[in-house]
Amino acid sequence: MTKIELPSYLEQTEDVKDRFQRLKARPVILEIDGLHKDFESRQGHVTALKNINFEVHRREFVCVIGPSGCGKSTLIRILAGLENKTSGKVLLDGKDVSEPGPDRGMVFQGYTLFPWLTVKRNVMFGLEARGQGKFSSEEEARQWIDLVGLSKFEDSYPHQLSGGMKQRVAIARALANQPRILLMDEPFGALDAQTRAKMQSYLMGIWQNIDITILFITHDLDEAIYLADRILVLKAHPGEVQEVIEVPVPQPRSPDQMLSPEFLATKKRLEDLIHPPEEEVSDDHMNLVRMVPVTDDVSSVF
Amino acid sequence: MSMAISQLFSVRRELKPKTRLLVMIFSFLLPLLVWSLVSYVPFIWHPKMEVTNPGSVEYFTKGMLVDRDVFESELQNTVKQGKPQPEGIRANPVYLPAPHQVAIAFYTAFTTEPKLRSEKWLHESLWDSIQVIFWGFLISSLVGVPLGILCGTYDFFSKLFEPFVEFFRYLPAPAFGALAVAILGIYSAPKIAIIFIGTFFQQVLIVSNTTRKLDPSLLEAALTLGAKRTTLLFRVVVPGIITNLYKDLRVLLGWAWTYLIVAELIGASSGITWFITQQARYKNFDNVYAAIMMIGILGLSIDIILAWLGRRLFPWEREMAKS
Repeated sequence: MTKIELPSYLEQTEDVKDRFQRLKARPVILEIDGLHKDFESRQGHVTALKNINFEVHRREFVCVIGPSGCGKSTLIRILAGLENKTSGKVLLDGKDVSEPGPDRGMVFQGYTLFPWLTVKRNVMFGLEARGQGKFSSEEEARQWIDLVGLSKFEDSYPHQLSGGMKQRVAIARALANQPRILLMDEPFGALDAQTRAKMQSYLMGIWQNIDITILFITHDLDEAIYLADRILVLKAHPGEVQEVIEVPVPQPRSPDQMLSPEFLATKKRLEDLIHPPEEEVSDDHMNLVRMVPVTDDVSSVF
Repeated sequence: MSMAISQLFSVRRELKPKTRLLVMIFSFLLPLLVWSLVSYVPFIWHPKMEVTNPGSVEYFTKGMLVDRDVFESELQNTVKQGKPQPEGIRANPVYLPAPHQVAIAFYTAFTTEPKLRSEKWLHESLWDSIQVIFWGFLISSLVGVPLGILCGTYDFFSKLFEPFVEFFRYLPAPAFGALAVAILGIYSAPKIAIIFIGTFFQQVLIVSNTTRKLDPSLLEAALTLGAKRTTLLFRVVVPGIITNLYKDLRVLLGWAWTYLIVAELIGASSGITWFITQQARYKNFDNVYAAIMMIGILGLSIDIILAWLGRRLFPWEREMAKS
C-alpha cells in the first residue's frame, strides 16, 4: 500500500490566503470573550466551557467540532440565550447577549416544528410573534418557503414531510426573522447520508445568496470541512478551544473537492485533534471472547 | 389456520379493517351471549322455580319464585301424602331479568306514566341528569383547565396551588353532600356542586401534568423566534397541549358520570340514578337494567361524538396517530 503524501493543512493557495485576509477585515458580528460555563451536578463541580475566546466575522461560515462532552451544544445554547453563562462576555454587534431573541435564529437537530401549524404558519410564527400583521407576514413567509423549495407544501402539516423537508422548513422559519446570525445545532445529524449531502448544498446556496452569518455545530468531519470558512475545534473536559482551523479548500465549494489534497489534509488534522491515537486493543483481550473454533470451516475472516 | 391466529395475536400490530370491526362487534356480542345463555338455557344456572300451579301447597301462589330445594321437598311431601302436586318451571332470580325483558322495559320505561304524580317521566329524569353533568363539568373545566395550565407552565402557580389540590382530592366528594345542601339549597345547585368537587381537583392535577409533558424544545424554538411570555403561553403551550387536553377532558367526563349517582341522591331526588333506585325499590329490575344501559349508551354516544369532533378540530393529530 502506498501512502498518499498530503500537504500541510496550513498551506494555502494565494487565492485562499487573499480571501481569508478580506474575511478577517470584515466587521466582527459575534464576539466571545473569556466565556466560562460551570455546572453544579451531583458529582460536584463540572466545568463545561473554559475560557473561550473567538470572533465571527460578518457572512462567515463557522463550524464547531469536538468530541462528545466538549460542550459544543452548551456553547451554542449560551449564544442563543437558552442557557446562562457563568462568566465572560458574548457580544452580538457589540451588545451583550443574555436571553433569547429574534436576532439569533436557531435550528435544532430535532426539527422542533410546531405540529399544530402548517408549513406556512410555522414560518410566519416569528414574524407574527413580533407583531407583524398577518397579511404581510404571509407574503414574506411565502418567499422564504420558496427559497427552500417547498412552495408546494406550504399548507401541509409537519408530520406529512420527510426529515430533510422538515429541516428546510426549520431553516426558513429561522431565516424569516432575518436574524444577524444563524445558529445550527447538528441540524443534519438525524438525516441519512444522501439527504444530508443535499441539505449541505442547499445551505451553501442560501448562505452564498443572503446576508447571513452561520455558526454550525457538527460531529461530522467532512461536513465541517465542506461547509466552513473556519473550524473551531474544541476539546473535552473541560471544553476549551484546541485550534481554530482556516479551511484551505477554495470557495465556492463542491462535493468533488472532498478528495482534493487540501481537503484530506484538513481532515487528517481534525482526526488527529479529535481522535488522538489510543492504545490498540490487545489481542489477548480478543482471545477471551473468541467464539469461533479454529477447526471451523470459516475460522478466519481473512 | 395458524396463520390466521398469529395474525390475530401479533404484538402491537393493527388488525385488518374487516377483522377489527368484527372483533369490536364481538366485544358487545360476547357479554350479551353470556347473558342470554344464563337467561334462556335452564341447566346453566336457574336456581329458582317459578310456580305455575300451586297444587296442594298452601303458601304457593301462581307466579311465585321459590328456591329449587324448597320446591323439591314440597313436591316430595305432596307425593307422599298423595295430594295434588305443585308444578313449576326453572327460573332465574328476580334481579336477573332476561335480555328480551330488559329490551321491552327499555321501551315501556319511556311510555309508562310515573306511579306518583310527583315523580317524573324517564325522559325528564334523563334530561335532569344531563343538565347536572353539563353544568358541573362546565364550571369545573372553566376554572380547572386554566388553573391546570398555569400550574403546568409556571412553577410559582404549581407550588401555590398543587399541594392543596393534592390534599383536597383525597376528600371524598360525597362527604360534602350535606354541606352542599345546607349552603346551596335542595335543587340542582348542590348536585352540580358534587360533580364539581368530584371533577375539579383531579382536573387541575391532570391538566397540569399534561402541560408539563409538552416538549420543552418547542418552547425553546419559540423563544429563539422572539416569542415573549404571553405569546409563549397562548401560541405554544395551549395549542401544544390541546389535543392531549381534549383527551383528558373526555376521560374526566366519564368520571363526572360516576359522581352522578351520589349527586342525585342528595337534596330533592331527581335524575336517572334516582329513577334506578326507585325502580329497584319496586323490584322492577328490568327497568333498572334498562336505565343502567341508557347511561352507558348515553356516555358512549357522547364520547363517540366528542372523538369525531376532535378529529375535525385537530386535523394535524389524525394522521400523526396513523404515521
